[in-house]
Amino acid sequence: MLRRLNRLCGGDENRVDSRTIYIGRRPCLETEVFIPSKFCDNRIVSSKYTVWNFLPKNLFEQFRRIANFYFLIIFLVQVIVDTPTSPVTSGLPLFFVITVTAIKQGYEDWLRHKADYEVNKYPVTVLEDGRSVKKESERIKVGDVVEVVEDEIFPCDLILLQSSREDDTCFVTTASLDGESNHKTHYTVPDTEKDLQALSATIECEQPQPDLYKFVGRMHIYKADQEPAVRSLGPENLLLKGATLKNTKKINGVAVYTGMETKMALNYQGKSQKRSAVEKSINAFLLVYLCILISKAVVCTTLKYVWQSKEGQDEPWYNQKTQKEKDTNMYLKMFTDFLSFMVLFNFIIPVSMYVTVEMQKFLGSFFITWDKDFFDPEIQEGALVNTSDLNEELGQVEYVFTDKTGTLTQNNMEFIECCIDGFQYRHRDELDGFTVTDGPVGKLQQKAGLEKEELFLRALCLCHTVQVKEDGAEETPRDQVDGVDGMFPQPEEERCFIASSPDEIALVKGAMRYGFTFLGLESKSMKIKNRQNDIEEYKLLHVLNFDPVRRRMSVIVQSKSGETLLFCKGADSSIFPRVKPEEVDRIQLHVERNATEGYRTLCVAFKQLSAEEYAVADTGLREARLALQDREEKLMAIYNQVETDMSLIGATAVEDRLQEEAAETMEALQGAGIKVWVLTGDKMETAKSTCYACRLFQRGTELLELTVRTLEDGRIKREDKLLELLRDYHRRAVQDAPPVKAGVTRSWSTANQEYGFIIDGATLSLMMNPPRDADASLYRNLFLQICQNSTAVLCCRMAPLQKAQIVKMVKNSKGSPITLSIGDGANDVSMILEAHVGIGVKGKEGRQAVRNSDYAIPKLKHLKKLLLAHGHLYYVRIAHLVQYFFYKNLCFILPQFLYQFFCGYSQQPLYDAAYLTMYNICFTSMPILAYSLLEQHMSIEVLLDNATLYREIAKNAMLRWRPFLYWTVLGIFQGLMFFFGVRFLFSNPALQDNGQVFGNWSYGTIVFTVLVFTVTLKLALDTRHWTWINHFVIWGSLAFYVFFSFFWGGIIWPFLKQQRLYFVFANMLSSVSAWLVIIILILLSLLPELLLVVLRKPRGPHSRQKKPGQSNVGGSHSSQSSARPLLMRTFSDESNSVK
Amino acid sequence: MASSYNAKEEDGHLSGSAGLGGTAIRTRKPDNTAFKQQRLPAWQPILTAGTVLPAFFVIGLIFIPIGIGLFVTSNNIKEIEIEYTGTDMSSPCFNCSQNFSWNSTTPCKCVLSFTLDQPFESNVFMYYGLSNFYQNHRRYVKSRDDSQLNGDLNSLKDPSKECEPYRVNEKPIAPCGAIANSMFNDTLDLFYIDPNGTKNQIPLVKKGIAWWTDKHVKFRNPAGSNLTAVFIDTAKPVNWRKPVYELDTDSENNGFINEDFIVWMRTAALPTFRKLYRIIQKKNNMTPTLPRGNYTLEVTYNYPVRSFEGRKRMILSTISWMGGKNPFLGIAYITVGSICFFLGVVLLFIHHKYGNRNNSSDIPN
Repeated sequence: MLRRLNRLCGGDENRVDSRTIYIGRRPCLETEVFIPSKFCDNRIVSSKYTVWNFLPKNLFEQFRRIANFYFLIIFLVQVIVDTPTSPVTSGLPLFFVITVTAIKQGYEDWLRHKADYEVNKYPVTVLEDGRSVKKESERIKVGDVVEVVEDEIFPCDLILLQSSREDDTCFVTTASLDGESNHKTHYTVPDTEKDLQALSATIECEQPQPDLYKFVGRMHIYKADQEPAVRSLGPENLLLKGATLKNTKKINGVAVYTGMETKMALNYQGKSQKRSAVEKSINAFLLVYLCILISKAVVCTTLKYVWQSKEGQDEPWYNQKTQKEKDTNMYLKMFTDFLSFMVLFNFIIPVSMYVTVEMQKFLGSFFITWDKDFFDPEIQEGALVNTSDLNEELGQVEYVFTDKTGTLTQNNMEFIECCIDGFQYRHRDELDGFTVTDGPVGKLQQKAGLEKEELFLRALCLCHTVQVKEDGAEETPRDQVDGVDGMFPQPEEERCFIASSPDEIALVKGAMRYGFTFLGLESKSMKIKNRQNDIEEYKLLHVLNFDPVRRRMSVIVQSKSGETLLFCKGADSSIFPRVKPEEVDRIQLHVERNATEGYRTLCVAFKQLSAEEYAVADTGLREARLALQDREEKLMAIYNQVETDMSLIGATAVEDRLQEEAAETMEALQGAGIKVWVLTGDKMETAKSTCYACRLFQRGTELLELTVRTLEDGRIKREDKLLELLRDYHRRAVQDAPPVKAGVTRSWSTANQEYGFIIDGATLSLMMNPPRDADASLYRNLFLQICQNSTAVLCCRMAPLQKAQIVKMVKNSKGSPITLSIGDGANDVSMILEAHVGIGVKGKEGRQAVRNSDYAIPKLKHLKKLLLAHGHLYYVRIAHLVQYFFYKNLCFILPQFLYQFFCGYSQQPLYDAAYLTMYNICFTSMPILAYSLLEQHMSIEVLLDNATLYREIAKNAMLRWRPFLYWTVLGIFQGLMFFFGVRFLFSNPALQDNGQVFGNWSYGTIVFTVLVFTVTLKLALDTRHWTWINHFVIWGSLAFYVFFSFFWGGIIWPFLKQQRLYFVFANMLSSVSAWLVIIILILLSLLPELLLVVLRKPRGPHSRQKKPGQSNVGGSHSSQSSARPLLMRTFSDESNSVK
Repeated sequence: MASSYNAKEEDGHLSGSAGLGGTAIRTRKPDNTAFKQQRLPAWQPILTAGTVLPAFFVIGLIFIPIGIGLFVTSNNIKEIEIEYTGTDMSSPCFNCSQNFSWNSTTPCKCVLSFTLDQPFESNVFMYYGLSNFYQNHRRYVKSRDDSQLNGDLNSLKDPSKECEPYRVNEKPIAPCGAIANSMFNDTLDLFYIDPNGTKNQIPLVKKGIAWWTDKHVKFRNPAGSNLTAVFIDTAKPVNWRKPVYELDTDSENNGFINEDFIVWMRTAALPTFRKLYRIIQKKNNMTPTLPRGNYTLEVTYNYPVRSFEGRKRMILSTISWMGGKNPFLGIAYITVGSICFFLGVVLLFIHHKYGNRNNSSDIPN
């Protein structure tokens, strides 16, 4: 839990001064006058709007979006300027979009209001003048003494003053804050009065800051006729709002931070918005279309004035201008003409695209939550979608950064063996490790001295922060998921351990197996039961907490006999320099061997402190803990000072099993052309063996190591060696490597040497911040190039921030590849937030990662389906959606543009206003929405079986300029067809068999009919997966169009100024010529598409080519037959492949 | 080394599955419905050369005959156009076009003679055609008041703003707007010159030239027994010679429901257009409607087009089931049909030549 990333704090530091709180809000000295300081009240306001400001504020928020703003401008232009289409045509869709969004946001805000109300009105007990008073939670003021009973949630941030427990502690779970459901111990301020009424004290503490795990403060206790006593306050004294009191009857605490200043409220922030690559493409295309729009308007305006300059054209006798028009300034008129053309053509950028894209994303994301393959029976949960904006990004991933512990491995620790004084002790029943049938192992192999053994086991029993869950029998200990060892039955005793790290439980249980049982911590004394079933008691003097920088933790205990002992455990690299060198050699061998086998190793050391030494350490620690400023640094210094000259007594090996199907998943990802990087805080050997186990590294892989060890070279400086190695590796991996075919990162031929690259944290930081700044970019370039040519990269010994740094570096490298981070712990949060897509694994290390992720899945193995099936499908769907939308609006508006050449550039719309409005909303929206939700151009099984298919859509393949150009050309071609086809037909407008003629609205209606049918059928041609829904919406849309046209033209609408379409559609259908032209135009427009289907080479974006030899997982038979290029099929084999 | 880990990993499988024993499945498990699991039964058509190629042939085989049929039909339609704008000095209407004035009270008449080489069978339709006349100009198209034309009394008194500047001329104009104001008002009369020299006027039917729904529903005279009385408070459009209630003597064809007026009010799609003017009914099966011979067209030249370089013409045409003469459709169908057929042949050729070779190399599966 200490491996938190301190990401939220900072920035606040500069305005830090402390706040002073009077406990009970009473002056402490009679001489002083109590001035109530102005702190905010305890009201939580998470809602954004009130009833009054909802409308203006929400509208403002919505119109800040560039698209909405654009449509608003268009709408306003329509209202102000005399434009060809009524404001309704663009106003209605905009109004619809705005209203729907407003309702959604309003509803969400209403929920927040409700939640706020519940929190704010929650009754709490406040001690006032010796009486307990019931109050509403929002009325709590800083300095109030609040009483909280068991299972209640703390109403604000409190300093614990009094607990009902004997040992002045209380237990708390912070499940709702960081997801850790283990019980954390908090301590009362030492030596405070039992009688809170008589307590007269002030608290001086820092200003509110969001870091949940940081708090510094000081309490001054005033007693009559005495110097005020000073007590230091730390996070262990602070009870956070939102946490729940457990295992403690009641506590009293003084409010220090209230309302919006509580740490929970300060942490309540929206995550930064991630934008997907598709969205960037949309924006780029939008820009193109905006240019098309503007150039169309400019062309039309220019031509209009050229045309008008000819005699008699501008104002023929039959078409006089109004007086107002005549009076208008010429330039102003030009401008309004330009605006009018913009309005006329603005449908080329449709409002509805945004709506459809949003709907597609929102609805589409349900398929992830609904997928039963993501359901994990163990935790009874499926996948979780935190943002639906990135669905398609899942199909674009090029780099996967994965955490090791808990992600690649199960984080389900099991004590495997230990090494005491160089001798190896291995448990017999390791294959069946969960059920120890023959009780605790009575005897260790008598190799090391008994004394050493017992010392080692005592160290294991003492050096941890594990708690024993009390009354575990009556509750259901096995249901606790996070960080709790409740999974496995313990045959001999109902003993349940709670710890923040599963390693510690494994160690304590390991020691138990060897006869030393940890019984619990009571009032600062630890009890252990030794092999002789005697109870030993140790007084816990200090805990030198674990932190990721030191990578070790220690305890200082005092035994019954008065000896003061320091036990320390930690990573080998952090222990070895602090013990006597001659002891190292014996154990190092074991540690390294264990690490290569994939075990997590910890070294255990101890030190006997003399009285003087202890006194020095004690005062140092106390002073440091009291410090208000730089407490961390000071503590660190003391820790480092104390943890020296220890003697190494042994090492432990804990196994962390691989996740289910970890290797298959990794292999599939690599087959999909995704580069997998393992970023771990673990040590190199362990991580390396995990990489081998998941087949990220294979036997033939040549490993390029760039670690502290390879850099150690007596002759030259580390920087120089680093450069030398980088150059060397670069030569081997990049220059000598045969040119790799685009997109293929892993070949199956043996000719290509594969490289695996390993770097550790220290080297990385050296490389990122070299002594000479100038080298930084050189190092970075070499590094990136080596990495890009390696099949897998392993970064070990990473601090959380370094993980994010790596992700950032890759993210910003050339070609800005799409990155995905997957992790389960709080230490992965930084990289999850940094990567384009963050995936949280619902693991054992709390819910921090899940909360900060974009998607959360129960297991690593689900990543395969998430990317290869869901990601691929989502990408294909949305890419098609986007292209189709632009296409359909291009061929919608192009005839309208062309018509200007035939109507004197007068902005006369070709289509009726109803058609203009309904085209995107009703006639063509549903089929594409259904397509973008249901399309499976390949079945999910095929996608899962052939990871290589993922490469076909890599690098945004379907939204690059080439496909975009194709769609645009198609749209232009069809638009031209529609317009000129009907134009030639209308060279003789007598189209009915009774000699009657058609007018301009018939012209538009024929074009529009062809248009609606063509774009819908084009989609039908692209649909590869016809469910009944597709059938329903495609044929339904066409039927609706016909029905609507009849209906719209069938009635004299009283609210319409002009009955333009009255019976136009019916008359059109009575003309054989109109039928014939509609049929041929639809066919002609779709002809290129049909032709392409036949001619399409295997390279095309939809192709399913795949050489059978290339598939790494043997493709099924059906997939192969459909994977063959279309032209390769003869009629003869048609009979059996097409049914 | 790697192989040793495989065993361990299988171990992992066991432990994973061991954990789920015994726990009751709660409701959070996603529903196993076909829709939610994206497994709806689906028809998965695969467009292949095999399915598309026959389609090409079928399209070709269907379209070419249709196209030929259309082409022949179109060619069988007889049509004659007579331009009478009078821009040329030689044209009989030159004087009329030159001396045009809105104020002249005496109508200018001109006579054009023409010869039909072939007889026109069955009903003949007489059109007038205008060129460079932008009936589809936006300002023009919207300059009308449909509710006035539908007989709404309020709109009669207070025409729509859209009608500006043809809305009010001291009194509200009925029918208002630019379209109505510029109604075509040339009178065309057709005479057949007998071989013996007598001039027979050909009867022109003026009913049935407008859409039935327009005539009977969309256009209505304001309620009132006497049209003159109904329109008493309105002014005639400025360029009209007669008020709207004097368009015809037939009460079924007068006022807003005058068919000439309705035809004009249906704005044309393109600046060159024709509108149905009169119908020459077939007399009997024995004699052609318009026999071969000489004809004269007498034009009462009221409609000025010179100012905007327009052209006027009179068209006589027979009509087929596909409408008037228009070779476009026939040509289009023949072309598309031929292209499809040709493509089908080419593709079949490619398909056979290259398909086989690829197939042989593809045999391993």
